[in-house]
Amino acid sequence: MYLNLRDRPSKSAAGAAPTGKQRVARTVLLLGAVSLLTDVSSESVNAILPIYLTTVLGLSTFAYGLIDGIYQGVSALIRLLGGWIADRTDRPKLVATFGYGISAISRVALIPMHSFAAITSVITLDRLGKGVRTAPRDALIASSSAPESLGRAFGVHRSLDTVGAMIGPLLAFWILIAAPTGFRTVFIASFAFAIIGFAVLVLFVPNLRPQRTSKPAEDASRPAAPKPSLRLLLRPGMIRLCCGAALLGVLTIGDGFLYLELTERDSLATKYFPLLYVGSNIAYLAFAIPLGRLADRIGRTKVFVGGHLALLAAYIFAGSVFSGAAATVGCLVMLGSYYAATDGVLAAIAGQLVPPAIRTSGIATAQTVLAMARFVASLGFGLLWTTMGRVPALHLMIWLLIAAIPIAAFMLRGLDRSEELSTA
Amino acid sequence: MSTKAKLTIFVVICLLAIGGTVAALVKTRSDDDAARRNTPAAATTTYAKLASAPRIVFRSTVRNTDYGSVAAVAMSDPTGPRAFFGNQCDRVYATAQRMLCLASDRGLVTTYTAKVFNVTTGAKITELPLVGVPSRARLSRDGTLAATTSFVQGDSYAATSFSTRTVISKIGGASFGSLEDFRLVHQGKTIQPVDRNYWGVTFAADDNTFYATAEWGQHTWLVEGQLSTRTVHTLTEDAECPSLSPDGAHIVYKQRGDRPKGQWRLVDYTVASGAINQLSETHSVDDQVEWLDNSHVIYGLPRSGTEAAVSDVWSVPIDGSGIPKVLIPQAWSPAVIP
Repeated sequence: MYLNLRDRPSKSAAGAAPTGKQRVARTVLLLGAVSLLTDVSSESVNAILPIYLTTVLGLSTFAYGLIDGIYQGVSALIRLLGGWIADRTDRPKLVATFGYGISAISRVALIPMHSFAAITSVITLDRLGKGVRTAPRDALIASSSAPESLGRAFGVHRSLDTVGAMIGPLLAFWILIAAPTGFRTVFIASFAFAIIGFAVLVLFVPNLRPQRTSKPAEDASRPAAPKPSLRLLLRPGMIRLCCGAALLGVLTIGDGFLYLELTERDSLATKYFPLLYVGSNIAYLAFAIPLGRLADRIGRTKVFVGGHLALLAAYIFAGSVFSGAAATVGCLVMLGSYYAATDGVLAAIAGQLVPPAIRTSGIATAQTVLAMARFVASLGFGLLWTTMGRVPALHLMIWLLIAAIPIAAFMLRGLDRSEELSTA
Repeated sequence: MSTKAKLTIFVVICLLAIGGTVAALVKTRSDDDAARRNTPAAATTTYAKLASAPRIVFRSTVRNTDYGSVAAVAMSDPTGPRAFFGNQCDRVYATAQRMLCLASDRGLVTTYTAKVFNVTTGAKITELPLVGVPSRARLSRDGTLAATTSFVQGDSYAATSFSTRTVISKIGGASFGSLEDFRLVHQGKTIQPVDRNYWGVTFAADDNTFYATAEWGQHTWLVEGQLSTRTVHTLTEDAECPSLSPDGAHIVYKQRGDRPKGQWRLVDYTVASGAINQLSETHSVDDQVEWLDNSHVIYGLPRSGTEAAVSDVWSVPIDGSGIPKVLIPQAWSPAVIP
């Protein structure tokens, strides 16, 4: 679940500071910089944690296995809560600042740390912070972008974020090459990047108030913006979106399963197993902006559903006639494209389906539904994998996905059009 | 606040953050150099001189340039001169003929290897697949079978934790594959729990029977397996990282018991009767023990605080008597070659 560990975007806010079609808003670039720096911070630590725990703390990898962090359910709850508070107070920046702040502080605690329990709590705290900040941050991105270029805005943000995730491990290993015992230096560097990212957020990201800006005087002809209420989430469009996303989500098996399958087809995939996620990250980086723009142009639901064709191709590369490097490269490219076509795009759709007053909650809900569906998929596929065997299980998923894609396309039809109407 | 003030604050924060990191890096380097200068090189010998008498192969944890290298000492003089093999391993096991070395190649992205060497010549015999962080390594008595346990990330969305992958291979022959593909018999019935994991294999002398840990549903079990039938069956609950005595009569393993998560005690299981007795070690032991002889086991314990990267190999009798004592200081992952 490499890619999925990071927060996936979402978006919101129709009625805020559209910046025209020329460029991506400065706020989006600033938030991208915040995410880049924060990802350098967290991924530099994640990259060395197994080695640190086993060779410095003298813990066996069994103890490492106990670092579960928080459970999926708690994380989902935190995310929804973060979204709801941001809507309720109309202060997404404040809530995001709180989330980034928690993560930065958790890095300080890592520096003097020598016990296993302490490291577990640091990691848990970091993930809590991540859960809190994701939806409000995405709401800020949406609030500062023109509705017609939201896909591109999220693409730009996710690209910057992924760049940070790739720099982090490089930084960590560069430090360890310069000073082989310098694990603590890595933690200090991680804290340094977290603080710089936090400073960019606090000092430069504007304190947008999406609901306030969405009801200017000249908009008096429109009805008054509704008060934040979760009942607003129960709109037909939103329900259709969640059902469609859930249907596709339960057929999305974990990246880890695909990677393990690749090791059966390509001996190099075994040797370079830990590099596989870098491959799909590169593909994600390459396609996030182009697919975001495509979504703006031809319709977001088309790109969202179409992304699952890339997922289907990834399954076929991993589980079918291909072998050797062709299977590995093909699978990773398709997997990266799938994430690029779905992550920001889902949020962009969700944000347009609910009123600005609960935009953050709307985004958080769609993301959580997808995350929970993928969680179910992973458990379900694990069961199939052990009862049917690897290849038949994957073949079954291929056929189910082929059947599900048209159904999902039908369920999601027209959701773009209603968006165009509402923002016209 | 004016933009100029904000920019000033930002530049100050950046300078402090980056300056602090660079200062820490420089200090670590100079501390390392000082530590290396101040750590006297241990007396060394050659493996050929040790090979005629019982000896112990291990991973050296002296904080010098040999940190992590494989070494051997005479069993009669465990604190005496060390013979270094020149290869670095995270986990090592050896028999009279062969050495199994699990190592991580640090790089932009760390990769992992499991290599089998000829102990005497140091020549590489073969390389076994290893997908994740090295954990446990074992060879059968005659060195024909190898078992590796590593941790794999990303098997499931369900957990951010690792799952284990334990593979038994015939050296120079085919792999028996992952233990997860073996038939698992529990209380007379074949079961297929989705979340099953295996780790910590120990081989019997017949090169067919083995013991290991199986886990599913948050419970661990001591299992006995047969390579010929590709079957394992459960013996007793709450058992991890078993190690079979040379005479095949006892298995010592680590057990959670009433200890908190992440802590284990050592217990002795009598194969014939199934009786379980606690050893006198009170520290939490997170290791797969090795047998010094038929009545003593040895295992690694990390030191506390900033010395945690240094571990010592301790020894304790299996009958619950005696006091644990350090056998080889600054050592880890011991393998006894009688």
